[in-house]
Amino acid sequence: MNYQYPDNLKYTEDHEWILEKEGKGIVGITDYAQHSLGDIVFVELPEPGQKVKIGDSLGVVESVKAVSEIYAPCSGTVRAVNENLLADPALLNDEPYAAGWIAEIEIEELSDKLLTAKEYKFLILEKAEEG
Amino acid sequence: MSTRKRTILYPQHVQLGAKIAEFAGWDMPIQYQSVIEEHHAVRTKAGLFDISHMGEIEVSGPDALTFLQRLCTNDLAKMCVGQVLYTLMCYPTGGIVDDLLVYRLEQDKYWLVVNAGNKDKDWDWINEQLTLMHREEQEKQTVELRDISDEIGLLALQGPLAQQILASISIESLEELRYYRFIFTNLAGVDALVSRTGYTGEDGFELYLPVEKTPFIWEKLLETGKDAGLGLVPVGLGARDTLRFEAGLPLYGHELTEKVTPLEAGLEFFIAWQKDDFIGKAALLKQKEEGVSSKLVGFMMIERGIPRAGYPLIKDGESIGEVTSGSFAPTLGQNLGLGFVVSKEAFIDNEISVLIRGKEVKAKVTKKPFYKREVKK
Repeated sequence: MNYQYPDNLKYTEDHEWILEKEGKGIVGITDYAQHSLGDIVFVELPEPGQKVKIGDSLGVVESVKAVSEIYAPCSGTVRAVNENLLADPALLNDEPYAAGWIAEIEIEELSDKLLTAKEYKFLILEKAEEG
Repeated sequence: MSTRKRTILYPQHVQLGAKIAEFAGWDMPIQYQSVIEEHHAVRTKAGLFDISHMGEIEVSGPDALTFLQRLCTNDLAKMCVGQVLYTLMCYPTGGIVDDLLVYRLEQDKYWLVVNAGNKDKDWDWINEQLTLMHREEQEKQTVELRDISDEIGLLALQGPLAQQILASISIESLEELRYYRFIFTNLAGVDALVSRTGYTGEDGFELYLPVEKTPFIWEKLLETGKDAGLGLVPVGLGARDTLRFEAGLPLYGHELTEKVTPLEAGLEFFIAWQKDDFIGKAALLKQKEEGVSSKLVGFMMIERGIPRAGYPLIKDGESIGEVTSGSFAPTLGQNLGLGFVVSKEAFIDNEISVLIRGKEVKAKVTKKPFYKREVKK
């Protein structure tokens, strides 16, 4: 399976991505995550203004069959959420790295366990081999 | 090394790029493309399912009917050869062993088609009951049981275009084949038992084939259904579940368990009270007289959220039951659920809540099935 792993993003082992720019981070789920979940039919978003710690729940993504938590890859304050996902959760399947973004966070501290695109890709390929 | 079983079509599923996962001890295709697209294909055109994991048990001999009448809640004496009947098998407590289809193949020969996950349990249960019957009646063995699951490949062809597609490889038109009837026919040179049955809420057929010929018929159907522009696609267990769920059909392990009786599950229609004794009859009669304490209901979410199996159902802050199945329903575009609630809360339009991740989310009891196809007159 060929998934996308854009080079300009950082990744978590739980399949979130974060795009860091000028102290803010845009967060979403990876191409691998959306593919594993299948048709996404429901999203629960965090509240703007909500404070989060690294690893806190940022919301929930549900496909027809599975419920999956989204974890914060950084601590900080939620500044914006992608409300388009409420009406059209399939954006997460179609464009996980663009129109399917989930939240923007004003970063206090980034997780020290973030992976580069190359490292994350390696993790996924290992997973595929384990079957 | 996987200890899971595989159907003979496993290589075809892998080649089609299916997502494979464990179901009832089998490596089964969950989806080929998208659960929602596969679901829509079955509602609007046609879908082909590999359900060879299901179990088939042959019951034959002069006392086959007498034995099955003891074992099953429904009345098999009404069946003619060529007929299919839905029934339950119960424990003496009234709890459900399994739900199954009975095919009357000959005067004294039946097939029981049982859930994959229950097959071994059913086989043991049926054998035990047969031993008991023979001991009680002090008779010689006049009923023969055979587990023929490994000899049979089973495909389901479902959807409004199913008949047209099947007719193109069959020697019969199948138009005359009525719901819950079957015939022995020939499909592209292969002898098959074809019944007008299914688990999707659509028109369709189930095809019982010699196991080694099953891949040939699978490929032949997909080819034919594609060539003729009929839109036939392979469909995995993911959409099989959303389809049966919308159609209000129960699934063993969810709506039906050994702790649930047919009365609680709303399946009294399949209990033949007028029949002589059958296993579970006394307990079920008692429950009918006293009234059931909980009932299976359908409900629709009013607020945002998807109910899932195991989530508590709440009314006025108190637990009133539990979700057994829940999903986004692709055809209806709503988040729906099935679950058991205490009987006094089991009325249409009753506003209840589902406890989702610690939050009470509003829902209301609605009638089932959620989806019913329009039947052509």
